[in-house]
Amino acid sequence: MKRQHTLIVMVEDHPGVLNRVVSLLRRRSFNIDSITVGHSEQTGVSRMTIVVRGTDADIEQAGKQLYKLMEVLKVVDLTDQPVIAHEMMIVKVAAKAQQRQEVLLIAQMFNARVLDASPNTIMIEATGPVEQIESLLQMLRAFGIRELARTGAIAMSKGSGIITSKGLTGADQYAGSAAAD
Amino acid sequence: MCWGPQPLKSGSKSKEIKHRVNGLPAILGGRFTSRDNGTVAEKEQTMATTEATLPKLSNGLNGHIEEIAAVELTGAEIVCKALEAEGVDIVFGYPGGAVIPLYDALPRAGFHHVLTRFEQWAALAADGYARATGKVGVCMATSGPGATNLVTGLANAQLDSVPVVAITGQVVQPLIGKDAFQECDITGITLPVTKHNYLVTRIQDIAPTIKEAFYLAKSGRPGPVLVDIPKSLFVSRMIYKPGKLRDRRGYQPTTSPNMRQVKLAAEAMNKAEKPIFMAGHGILLSGAEESFAALVEKTGIPVAFTLLGQGSYPESQPLALGLMGMHGHREVNKALDEADLLVNIGARFDDRATGKVSGFAPNAKIVHVDIDPAEIGKNVETKVPVVGDAKEVLDLLVDLVDERRHDEWISWIESQRNFVLEAALEDRPETPEPYTIIKAIAEATRGKAIYATDVGQHQMWAAQHLGLDHPNNWLTSGGLGTMGYGLPAAVGAKIGCPDKEVWAICGDGGFQMSLNELATCVQEGIDVKIAVLNNGYLGMVRQWQDLFHGKNYSEVKINGPDFVKLAEAYGVTGIRVETDAELLPAIQRARETPGTVVVEFIIEPEANVWPIVPQGASNSEMLHQYEDK
Ligand SMILES: Cc1ncc(C[n+]2csc(CCOP(=O)(O)OP(=O)(O)O)c2C)c(N)n1
Ligand SMILES: [Mg+2]
Repeated sequence: MKRQHTLIVMVEDHPGVLNRVVSLLRRRSFNIDSITVGHSEQTGVSRMTIVVRGTDADIEQAGKQLYKLMEVLKVVDLTDQPVIAHEMMIVKVAAKAQQRQEVLLIAQMFNARVLDASPNTIMIEATGPVEQIESLLQMLRAFGIRELARTGAIAMSKGSGIITSKGLTGADQYAGSAAAD
Repeated sequence: MCWGPQPLKSGSKSKEIKHRVNGLPAILGGRFTSRDNGTVAEKEQTMATTEATLPKLSNGLNGHIEEIAAVELTGAEIVCKALEAEGVDIVFGYPGGAVIPLYDALPRAGFHHVLTRFEQWAALAADGYARATGKVGVCMATSGPGATNLVTGLANAQLDSVPVVAITGQVVQPLIGKDAFQECDITGITLPVTKHNYLVTRIQDIAPTIKEAFYLAKSGRPGPVLVDIPKSLFVSRMIYKPGKLRDRRGYQPTTSPNMRQVKLAAEAMNKAEKPIFMAGHGILLSGAEESFAALVEKTGIPVAFTLLGQGSYPESQPLALGLMGMHGHREVNKALDEADLLVNIGARFDDRATGKVSGFAPNAKIVHVDIDPAEIGKNVETKVPVVGDAKEVLDLLVDLVDERRHDEWISWIESQRNFVLEAALEDRPETPEPYTIIKAIAEATRGKAIYATDVGQHQMWAAQHLGLDHPNNWLTSGGLGTMGYGLPAAVGAKIGCPDKEVWAICGDGGFQMSLNELATCVQEGIDVKIAVLNNGYLGMVRQWQDLFHGKNYSEVKINGPDFVKLAEAYGVTGIRVETDAELLPAIQRARETPGTVVVEFIIEPEANVWPIVPQGASNSEMLHQYEDK
């Protein structure tokens, strides 16, 4: 069964690493839904969050292929773990005076912030679980989306377990909180 | 490290000495000090100290390098020294603008440069050199077109896991990204066809990068590594420091297997009634032939070979079955169909070996030994994966397996042999049957030569009929199927193993791609014997058109020059063979004639390779020349 997997890939922060990772996934025809890169808690190590679609076997293969890149230090599949996967979106919605109230109400429902407004538009920023961002977007489509920027998800496992360039450690301490989730 | 140490071929030693001065690395005697900024007196002093310290340094290169460490060198000289430090004695290459400063330093370097006639042949010669010697093959080229011409050769080495290091020149740093003359993003281009690549940006990185490139090329699963160096670095200067291996946390190949998995594999072998080995290139890359032979003989398990696995166990042994897969022998593919256990050592379940995956060894439990974890489960579902170096795994396995014989199973396999083939030879045509040519070459050379093939029908005839008994003397382009491979690979092998007889077995199509290497043979003064099986066709493609496209022979008829005259034009010997009677004398004459010889064998234009598994079919659905019995 194909489904979305969220991979955390810890890589050495060298020029061209993103190119290597993306090129590898493209070449082996893995479908990337989103990819984000940024610094991690360790200097010299970047953290990528890659949302990729495939069967469990596909994703295992993707992970093994990623490990063949010299710069890849650790690959963790967070898919079946309790995680927070958040995305940020900035969207410019068409809203004249008559619609403004309604748009604001929707934004409020999703805890979204208004960043800017003009006679014809409202700019909104939202951060949250990917599904929530999708729902908000769905609601706003009715008014007309003028401009849209999304970051793609970044993810972190819940509890005291931590993912470093050495892998997921201390995950056992997390036992129990999954139930509370 | 999976690339086991290989005994130095007797010949390479003499070669090494040839390129050293008085048996010492040419780098000594102040040769690299000529560009020193110091005064003449200082220079003489450096030379003097170097000479004076010779006796106590003479048993190791490292000592020499430290001795002159305080001298400022150019980036080009550092490249040479870094290559020397890796024990390089031969590089194959072609000069051009971006590497002129590098070539400026070559005459003073302690290795020999072979000028090929095309950069692709330099890369493929480095590949052939590596396969034949067990050492890392080195090639170099200029930026832009020189570098792009290497790409096919690198892809060839990547798909067949051959250790090759390529050095390319790049435009000067300020021009990178400006579409400068002969600028080409070669690291971008070769990303998917190298194990790793580098664009060096600082002169102090040259030596460590080259050191790491060699380490990556030969360790773990071997492969090609490219190092791109801007021209501006070749002409910069610094005090040379030998490169040290940096710690690469992201590169930790698993060589020692998990014992639990090894035990499971042994158990499976002890229990099986109809087991079979699938012997891959990994056995040879790991230098595990002897360990494998011990395991085969103790377990009594018969061996099927992948195209590149040939030579990993002597084919003349009773337990060796022969080639499997698309052009495998009938009984081998039948055995795969019937087996209850398949133990794959160091092969990647390539589709040419497996046929349709769902029909591959359908009754067998699969054990897969591979140094590359990504190969496990990639193509074929595996019951018992063992990740590790083939030699380590085999040495552990041999103590855990029972001593057994599988007489009944083996005689069943034997009974599946296609005897019709032999019977049908009574009324054969005038021209020698292709496979009799292969057999004649094998017999004349007693199987002891190095055989490099091109790609096509002749390659498959060679694979089926050479009867390969020795490791590392079968050089063929398996994964990429690179036409043109035969001659440059033979050149690389001959230069690496000067005391060995080397045969290239080519088709008329592939030979016409790389025949300009005849000039390299002459310039290097080497003896390569080249068999050209001339069917006047791009035979393998014609065969597919014949069998699967209603004989629509589209663009496969190929003419060629008069190969005898061509050989003579290049200054080598040419011989034409048109009848059976001429076959053996011609091969004998070729062997006795000094220098490179081209032997053209006229063969039946429409002879096919049998059996053949149609693409996408199961191995059990192979087609035969004559009625299946
Ligand atoms: C560089 C390259 N181009 C095209 C092919 C496709 N191809 C495979 S075999 C073959 C025919 C080879 O003809 P020849 O060298 O005469 O050998 P034969 O099959 O006739 O023995 C071709 C064109 C290839 N393998 N490599
Ligand atoms: Mg031909």
